[in-house]
Amino acid sequence: MTVVTTPVGPTRLLDATGTSDVIGLAAHLARWGALPDLRPAALLEVVDQSGLRGHGGAWFPVGIKWRAVARSGRSKPVVVANGAEGEPASGKDRFLLHHSPHLVLDGASVAARAIGANRVVVHVTAGAVSGIEKALAERARQGLDTCAFEIVVAPDRFLAGQESAAVATINGKNPGIPTFIGIRTVRDQGVAGRPTLVQNVETLAHVALIARFGPQWFRSVGTDESAGTALVTVTGRWDAPRIVEVPLGSTLGNALGIDAEAARSIQGVLLGGYGGGWLPTSTAMSMPFTEEAARSHGSSIGAGVAILLPSGVCPIADCARVVRYMEGEGAGQCGPCVNGLDLLATSMEHLAYRPRSLHGGLAALSNLCGLVEGRGACRHPDGVARFVRTAIEVFADHANLHLSRGPCQAGQPFLSVPGRSAGGSR
Amino acid sequence: MRRARYRLVVDPIACDGAGVCAELFPEMLSLDPWGYPIIRSDEVPDGMLELARKATVNCPRLALTLIKIDK
Repeated sequence: MTVVTTPVGPTRLLDATGTSDVIGLAAHLARWGALPDLRPAALLEVVDQSGLRGHGGAWFPVGIKWRAVARSGRSKPVVVANGAEGEPASGKDRFLLHHSPHLVLDGASVAARAIGANRVVVHVTAGAVSGIEKALAERARQGLDTCAFEIVVAPDRFLAGQESAAVATINGKNPGIPTFIGIRTVRDQGVAGRPTLVQNVETLAHVALIARFGPQWFRSVGTDESAGTALVTVTGRWDAPRIVEVPLGSTLGNALGIDAEAARSIQGVLLGGYGGGWLPTSTAMSMPFTEEAARSHGSSIGAGVAILLPSGVCPIADCARVVRYMEGEGAGQCGPCVNGLDLLATSMEHLAYRPRSLHGGLAALSNLCGLVEGRGACRHPDGVARFVRTAIEVFADHANLHLSRGPCQAGQPFLSVPGRSAGGSR
Repeated sequence: MRRARYRLVVDPIACDGAGVCAELFPEMLSLDPWGYPIIRSDEVPDGMLELARKATVNCPRLALTLIKIDK
């Protein structure tokens, strides 16, 4: 007989990941036990009460989303377990899919049951496919799931995980390209025209534990508004990026062991990845780690990304490279994004290398941010605007030095951009 | 019964910046430096619904839509 112990403390999703490389079905069931047999209404209730929010970056309440899809009711809904993770600075979804595939698949199975779906699409990058295939075969042998699972490979691009872009990929039309969801959302009409629940794989892994241990257990860590823990991909703290499980509402300073001394060698912290925002190191290390707190400082924790920028790197040159990358990752569909992001990237390059060519200085850059925000079919331009706006705030002294004395002697670039090598590569 | 309230929504993928909307309904629509519309406020004011309708039906790409505001 196996004894399942309720995890105490802030280590949940990473609880068993240290024990073996891949947690197969036998080890998974030995650690967590079987999923309880709960009715759909009870599952909706449990998820509602848990306060779980989406870990893909939007932090939308999961219970509300599930009920909206379940209510849509024109045809059988579809669940998409979204592990596309196009954000170059994030690795937590790949980590989770590799080490604990059954937590994710359990969560998808629970979601399907709760909203009455009979089809689950696991949407992941090519590298994750064989692991998921193996896990699905293990589950099929034991007859664990009642709904049909399939795998769809996400294209390797920044926007691949965006909700409507994921649906486009699965529908086989314009893979990885967002559609305009201003009027009708994928919740009403998504995969194969059916109501669709697109949920990040980490969110689903939390669901797997909430179904077993209940909403009170889930809420025993975190804050009222942001319950539980979050997986965070941390770059710049150790030699290589690391996945850390952070109790929501605690501080990054505590979670990463950064004291005032260590903070002195960090120029600034990027939360939320390349569509997130920069914070002064002291703010990033001392604020409660929640989406609300990050937004109140003009940033976002996004899908759980923290990059600590070391001293000795030119932050402006590094940010300029990222903005050019983000411009290239746009879908090229919306005029304000196509034109605005190119101009933003050029302006950042001017500030980095030819400051005299930047007409209107930092104020003009900030105005340009305002011109692209909210003007796309998706949130891509909003993320880039936030990145630039916060960069010129947090690195204002450095930017002003460029403007008054010319470009600095930039050291090695740090922020990694796919296709080019850099310090913080994944 | 309260009158229905409406707002204008532009589909930025369909929009190609023809600029007709801003010409027909400058009270609520202006153009950015590249010629794409910026919608000034969320709700179409009373008495301007006809102008708003005219702007939507004359968009060559049918990218502008009047939608009812819930609640």
